[in-house]
Amino acid sequence: MSQTTVIIDTGCANLSSVRYAFERLTDDVIVSDDHQVIKAAQRVVLPGVGTAGAAMASLRDKQLVELIQGLKQPVLGVCLGMQMMGTLSKEQGGKLIDCECLGLIPTNTTELDSQGQPLPHMGWNQIEPSAHPLFNGIEAGSYLYFVHSYRAPVSEYTIAKCQYGETFSAAIAKDNFMGVQFHPEKSAAVGAAILRNFLALDTASLNAILQETMR
Amino acid sequence: MLAKRIVPCLDVKDGKVVKGVQFRNHEIVGDIVPLAARYAEEGADELVFYDITASAHDRVIDKSWVSRVAERIDIPFCVAGGIKTLAQAREKLAFGADKISINSPALSDPSLIKRLQDEFGRQCIVIGIDSYYDELSDSYKVKQFTGDESATKDTQWFTQDWVEEVQKQGCGEIVLNVMNQDGVRQGYDLKQLSIVRAICDVPLIASGGAGTMAHFKDVFETAKVDAALAASVFHKGIIDINALKAYLAKHSITIRC
Repeated sequence: MSQTTVIIDTGCANLSSVRYAFERLTDDVIVSDDHQVIKAAQRVVLPGVGTAGAAMASLRDKQLVELIQGLKQPVLGVCLGMQMMGTLSKEQGGKLIDCECLGLIPTNTTELDSQGQPLPHMGWNQIEPSAHPLFNGIEAGSYLYFVHSYRAPVSEYTIAKCQYGETFSAAIAKDNFMGVQFHPEKSAAVGAAILRNFLALDTASLNAILQETMR
Repeated sequence: MLAKRIVPCLDVKDGKVVKGVQFRNHEIVGDIVPLAARYAEEGADELVFYDITASAHDRVIDKSWVSRVAERIDIPFCVAGGIKTLAQAREKLAFGADKISINSPALSDPSLIKRLQDEFGRQCIVIGIDSYYDELSDSYKVKQFTGDESATKDTQWFTQDWVEEVQKQGCGEIVLNVMNQDGVRQGYDLKQLSIVRAICDVPLIASGGAGTMAHFKDVFETAKVDAALAASVFHKGIIDINALKAYLAKHSITIRC
């Protein structure tokens, strides 16, 4: 049980792609919204498709907000899942209303300034990763698949950057929480390598690495 | 830099990949999952599956292959064909499709686009447009139910007006398929695509007419589309995706190699 990777069943459509991607790499992954199962997991994935408002409402319905906030094991947010890790999102069902998020990483999600290029930012774009363990062996300039119109700005929590009009966070992290704006589950071999890096992390190894980098 | 996308399109009929010339006389090309996997391995950036019989025959695609594709391939893909309701769209997305594409049902009820985008977000709502050059009025117009020749009909929409309308309704991407060049491999309709590009603020995928590698280069350079879709040149092995991407990169087009 303790080896298990749990994908949180957020109640949104399209969890399948994330699940299939992990299943291509490990036998030990399940989708669940059971509090005990999530708490006991070695690592947790927070997927997300749709809008921040709808996804947060679903987490509140399932009483998952505090549970996620209290997790100590590595947690990976994907796309909207990353945005939900922030403090606020401006995206709520097409309306520009602040949506309160999980507050795990102090950053706000606002509209991407594409400087006149088509939106959503859709397709394969290059990232500039930092030394974070999630990007072990991932070269600068690697292509990953993005689909989004909102973004987290570059901040001290940025662990990878991308550019489309402006430069924004392709990935953010704080402590055991990390989030990626791109879709690793749809990013061919590079995406799989990033998911494999995540699968290599557990609470002890992540803490050891983070302490090492602090030094 | 955001890369230009190469998108093989797999027309699906009765669970097999088919390709017809000018949308007629469909011949079977192969099984869905192995072909999809092969294209993904060869460097396709995305795949589109069109069930070309679904809208015309009022039936919905057999969805079991959608999850089989999602299990196997690790690049994004879009499913099209006969999606008329939120429930049908939800099902495709739940099975692992990244996007759903709406064509004829959006023409019958444009508000469907808005309802879909409210429910699932615009990033997964693609609008397919079958456009043709109408000599009589010297304008571009939209056709409906192109999956079946006997059901195909003209609409009242001029292409440019429809492109504006679907964006207003909230689509996330447009595939512009130019009917009168499809399957004949004479190149993309650069003039029409350039006109549409100028009024299209969402990603635009060119479709119809690819025959040579130069056609892809032309459509990216001249019409500035985000992606180029093709079917027969890939199915028939006329163009190898790896070689195409190397060719485009050599011509300074941003491509994921």
